[in-house]
Amino acid sequence: MNVMDVIGPVMVGPSSSHTAGAVRIGKVSRRLLGENVAAAHIGLYGSFLATGRGHGTDKALIAGLLGMDVDDMGIPDAFDIARTIGLDFDFYEADLGDDAHPNSAKLELTGVNDKRLEIVASSIGGGRIVIQELDHLTANFSGDYPTLIVHNLDQPGHVSEVTSMLAHKLVNIATMQLYRSGRGGHAVMVLECDQEVPAGALTWLKKLEGVEKVTYLSLLEDIADDRIQTNRQGGTHD
Amino acid sequence: MIDALKNIIETEQKTGKPFWQIVQEDSCTENAVDPEESFEAMRATLKAMTDSVADYDAGRTSASGLVGGEGAKIEKRRKAGKLICGDLMGRVMEIALKVGESNACMRRIVAAPTAGSCGVVPAVLIAVAEQAGFTEDDLVKALYVAGGIGGVIGERAFLAGAAGGCQAEIGAASAMAAGALTSLYGGDAAAIANAAALALKGLLGLSCDPVAGLVEVPCVKRNALGAVNAVISADMTLAGVKSQIPPDEVIDAMRTIGKNMDPDIKETGIGGLAGTETGKAISQKIKL
Repeated sequence: MNVMDVIGPVMVGPSSSHTAGAVRIGKVSRRLLGENVAAAHIGLYGSFLATGRGHGTDKALIAGLLGMDVDDMGIPDAFDIARTIGLDFDFYEADLGDDAHPNSAKLELTGVNDKRLEIVASSIGGGRIVIQELDHLTANFSGDYPTLIVHNLDQPGHVSEVTSMLAHKLVNIATMQLYRSGRGGHAVMVLECDQEVPAGALTWLKKLEGVEKVTYLSLLEDIADDRIQTNRQGGTHD
Repeated sequence: MIDALKNIIETEQKTGKPFWQIVQEDSCTENAVDPEESFEAMRATLKAMTDSVADYDAGRTSASGLVGGEGAKIEKRRKAGKLICGDLMGRVMEIALKVGESNACMRRIVAAPTAGSCGVVPAVLIAVAEQAGFTEDDLVKALYVAGGIGGVIGERAFLAGAAGGCQAEIGAASAMAAGALTSLYGGDAAAIANAAALALKGLLGLSCDPVAGLVEVPCVKRNALGAVNAVISADMTLAGVKSQIPPDEVIDAMRTIGKNMDPDIKETGIGGLAGTETGKAISQKIKL
């Protein structure tokens, strides 16, 4: 624990788990998608569903999808901002099963250039989150590190290809997890890194035979939604 | 992170460094941050706290409509000189309610240690600074003291209603504020820890039973309770009143009580005030 986490974060209320955590889920999801969000179909589960409206969880998720931080005074106006720029969104009651964390959401996102991503994420307290699933495969990462997610066929050699590439680029791996749907089926590796992975390396990975999809969470560049700048200058919020 | 107030007291005796600096150095070492950079970050946090008080608007109401305008009522009566508890305590109560309300109304606050208890620390520090004229640097140092106490509580017990009930939110915030206030008035590490212990002892066992599961009822008003409790705990300490149970053991007691607390009164919105006839009726109405 850091003293700045005890006296902090600076955030828009009312709840670190139901509001600040929800903003972070939206923001990390948007970064994983890698482009501005055109449409979001969002399922709320457990306590997010039961008390989410009163905590502004729904607005917070949309605010995050718009690229806002947890202390952005635009969070309460997120629905209006989203409508103004043409981000389509809707909410439904999700059943994620008894094993799901009580503060969870499922986000089906479509980007402005038609990228698609399905994410299940949970808010685990104090504004911290866990990305539980990406495109139906277990993921389990915090969004606190640059994170590389590689979907590939369950064949020998893919882990070595990825880790060799990271070593070559001087990227240190903080944590690494492997999952697969079944032997010889679809597999996913999740690597939390201490340094950013260069864009060229990601392009190279995508071209490898047996690699189906490469998703990357960068903490460096903030891909601000340029569609909302005009709206914000209009003074809809501080 | 430091896991015992006793360690801070011993370090102060050995090195002569004040409580706030021991906390700052520990945090900087652990997170590889420069002390000056850390101090400026804490100053920015203090600014966010001050802003959260100035931002108050009595016309706002929360999403449920249960919260809004309470702080302004206290302000009015305080300015008319009618409060039983006097001006300083009145101002403490007023700020605590205002910041708690702002949080419920989706305004920007500083979680200290949580969003639900965000009114306690600013209420005490800002009200006292207004009357006694402490400098900004004094208040930044006091925030390190508050953070150090909260850090120890987090290490030994918990800082979340879902984990330990409201004693782990308002109770912790009150202990943090009591220690911070004691440091402002020249208390040493032992005095700071004593004030934190007195404040926490007074709130042990406090349940987290919010109506409809929202950070509104009774959370906002409990901020006033926690803030006022911090002031009397600091005054008792500075007058020489001792906690007969050592501070770290008081925190351990909070942990044991929290562990044994029924889940119905740990932020589930089921038991306690949430489970009353009126609490349930409000919950039903909000969900429709």
